[in-house]
Amino acid sequence: MPKRVGMEVSIAASEAVRLANVDAIAAYPITPQTHIVEHLSEFVANGELDAEFIPVESEHSAMSVCCGTSAAGARTFTCTSSQGLALMSEIVFIASAMQLPIVMILANRSLSGPLSIWNDHTDVMLVRDCGWIQCFGENGQEIFDLTLCAFKIAEDHRVILPFIVNMDGFILSHVIEPVELLDQETVDKFLPVYKPVYRLDPDNPVTMGAFAMPDLYTETKKAQDERLKASKPVIEEIWKEFGDLTGRYYSPIETYKAEGAKTLFVTMGGFSETASTAVDMMREEGEPVGLCKIRLWRPFPFEDFWKAVKGVDTLIVIDRATSYGGPGGPVASELRSALYTWEDAPKVVDFIAGLAGRDVAPGDYKKMYQRAQQRIASGDIAGYEIYGVRE
Amino acid sequence: MENFNVYAVRLLPKGEYIAPGHRACQGCAEVLAVRLVGKALGRNTVIACATGCMEIISSPLPTTSWRVPWIHVAFENAAAVASGVEAGLKVLMRKGRIPKKKINVLAMAGDGGTSDIGLQALSGALERGHNMIYVCYDNEAYMNTGIQRSSSTPFGAATTTSPAGKVKPGQVTWKKNMPEIAVAHNIPYVATACPSYPFDLMEKVKKAAEVEGPAYIHILSVCPTGWRLAPDLAIRAGRLAVETGIFPLYEVENGKYSLSVEIPKRRPVEDYLKIQGRFRHLTPDLIQKIQEHVDKKYNNLLAKVRFSEEMS
Ligand SMILES: Cc1ncc(C[n+]2csc(CCOP(=O)(O)OP(=O)(O)O)c2C)c(N)n1
Ligand code: SF4
Ligand SMILES: [Mg+2]
Repeated sequence: MPKRVGMEVSIAASEAVRLANVDAIAAYPITPQTHIVEHLSEFVANGELDAEFIPVESEHSAMSVCCGTSAAGARTFTCTSSQGLALMSEIVFIASAMQLPIVMILANRSLSGPLSIWNDHTDVMLVRDCGWIQCFGENGQEIFDLTLCAFKIAEDHRVILPFIVNMDGFILSHVIEPVELLDQETVDKFLPVYKPVYRLDPDNPVTMGAFAMPDLYTETKKAQDERLKASKPVIEEIWKEFGDLTGRYYSPIETYKAEGAKTLFVTMGGFSETASTAVDMMREEGEPVGLCKIRLWRPFPFEDFWKAVKGVDTLIVIDRATSYGGPGGPVASELRSALYTWEDAPKVVDFIAGLAGRDVAPGDYKKMYQRAQQRIASGDIAGYEIYGVRE
Repeated sequence: MENFNVYAVRLLPKGEYIAPGHRACQGCAEVLAVRLVGKALGRNTVIACATGCMEIISSPLPTTSWRVPWIHVAFENAAAVASGVEAGLKVLMRKGRIPKKKINVLAMAGDGGTSDIGLQALSGALERGHNMIYVCYDNEAYMNTGIQRSSSTPFGAATTTSPAGKVKPGQVTWKKNMPEIAVAHNIPYVATACPSYPFDLMEKVKKAAEVEGPAYIHILSVCPTGWRLAPDLAIRAGRLAVETGIFPLYEVENGKYSLSVEIPKRRPVEDYLKIQGRFRHLTPDLIQKIQEHVDKKYNNLLAKVRFSEEMS
């Protein structure tokens, strides 16, 4: 049995990419993603990973190079954060439309301005509708596991779509955590060599990236939407296979102490761990609270979500991004619309919290819980509240 | 280059890699250049194409004009996509996943996709030293979006964003010297070409395919639609561009300049300008200004050629 070792989560992520035996990596440095690219270039420089490392001049080119390597038939990886994602975003949308199964780790960081290197989810929300599979890891082990699974899911012939693994910047990327790695033999069995359906091959010429007139564009979009939705059972199947192999099972939505809970906090990513501590604390004080963690963000797991929140009175959503002048943070807005047609739907109280590295401690969850009660009592639950603003 | 002024269809390779039936305008010398590049490279070629005329005329879903593997991703990244294709093919051959053989990787873009929005990606790819060929099809404006000026539009040309008005004579800046920018990257091969000189063009493409590392070819591609020129004058206009010294044909091999076509007595620039509607508004003093500029640039080039000869 492999043993758990303490390591920086960025190193664990790089180990997953090395074990996945990727063929090509193109990336550009940006805090807090840098440790991953640095480790990967070291692996390549030391011959521990036989891959092309393409040190591009920008993130726009990173994603463009990835399109090229992936279209050539190579297993392809990139990682970025924040401004880097914003710069490459044009090509991010194209990669999914072209069905290029690139895997990207996104070390989540706020977007400028003001410039900030710290963690929140504004970067990923920028590409919410980019057509990639998107999931959030909660700790180092999850980042390692989900990254390995991402390659297998992305390249599965029933899927063939790119995949973003979200990893909170600093609070995950830069912390040392106990992680259990897998040996190469186990990984090779789980994740065989990539076999593309189509590749750029002179003996079998294909045209990739043709343009569509109005009479066909809608059809391509419908096909793309259906393909993304159809990936969900495959994602679950592969997560199950991984669970059988390692004993670590993952599901699109996970609850914690939800039994008998009247209120559930809803979180994504690294905040979920603090939220569980807060739930433990509040449970001891007799409050009927629990936690609902969204691990799979796209395709959104509606059924699982409905199951998880059925019978609950209130959802307190911790949004990590702002939708200026909109109806709520991006997560709460989606959950509200997902629940809209539902009779006896729980109330959704939205807090935008933890922007750009602002700490949200267990005590803050308690405060948000109390504030939510006040808001419900006064009938003021529409919209959102930015939590923890210093007066 | 003994055959460049011989019209001899028999000497052309038979293979066609862009199929007839594409939607280019009548007389389009850009698509002619694409055809000649394809003939020179042959079937073992992968193309990464930028957004622009050549993409739009060749790839409306669900049809394609391409008989070689072809990928289009966006406007400004043909060089980056091609460098990814090159790296991908290389690693798969090294790992024994695809058969080892020579595959030409060609990036192609217009002057906008090269000298403006794609310059950064191109510079990155040239600097990283990928074994690929980059061809810029220079029709001296953003034609696909309706004849807007680019940094490659020549001084005095009227475009839809550099119109000739009461106070401005069309484009007010001099054409950016893209081949020189490529040379500055110390790559093994840079050349200029024009489909009015088809054998010269194809020889250069073959040379570009043979060198190890990046090669850059800048092809002046007459666009009758954007230049306000009768379609049957496209080949003539390309020859006049060379004969006036406005677009000299030359090569830079490992830093050494050589002229591909010697023009003992250059024709006046007016011969070239006067057949094109985009220069219709030019006054004699502006034509004189252009003549002086061309003389200076041409002599600069001759000096580089002479210097290269002396150094070898
Ligand atoms: C990022 C981006 N900006 C603008 C455009 C619009 N656009 C498409 S092609 C084009 C001009 C192409 O000009 P050029 O590269 O010279 O090629 P040509 O059509 O002249 O052959 C422009 C401006 C785009 N597709 N993408
Ligand atoms: S606009 Fe010019 S470059 Fe474009 S297809 Fe027509 S002639 Fe060719
Ligand atoms: Mg152009």
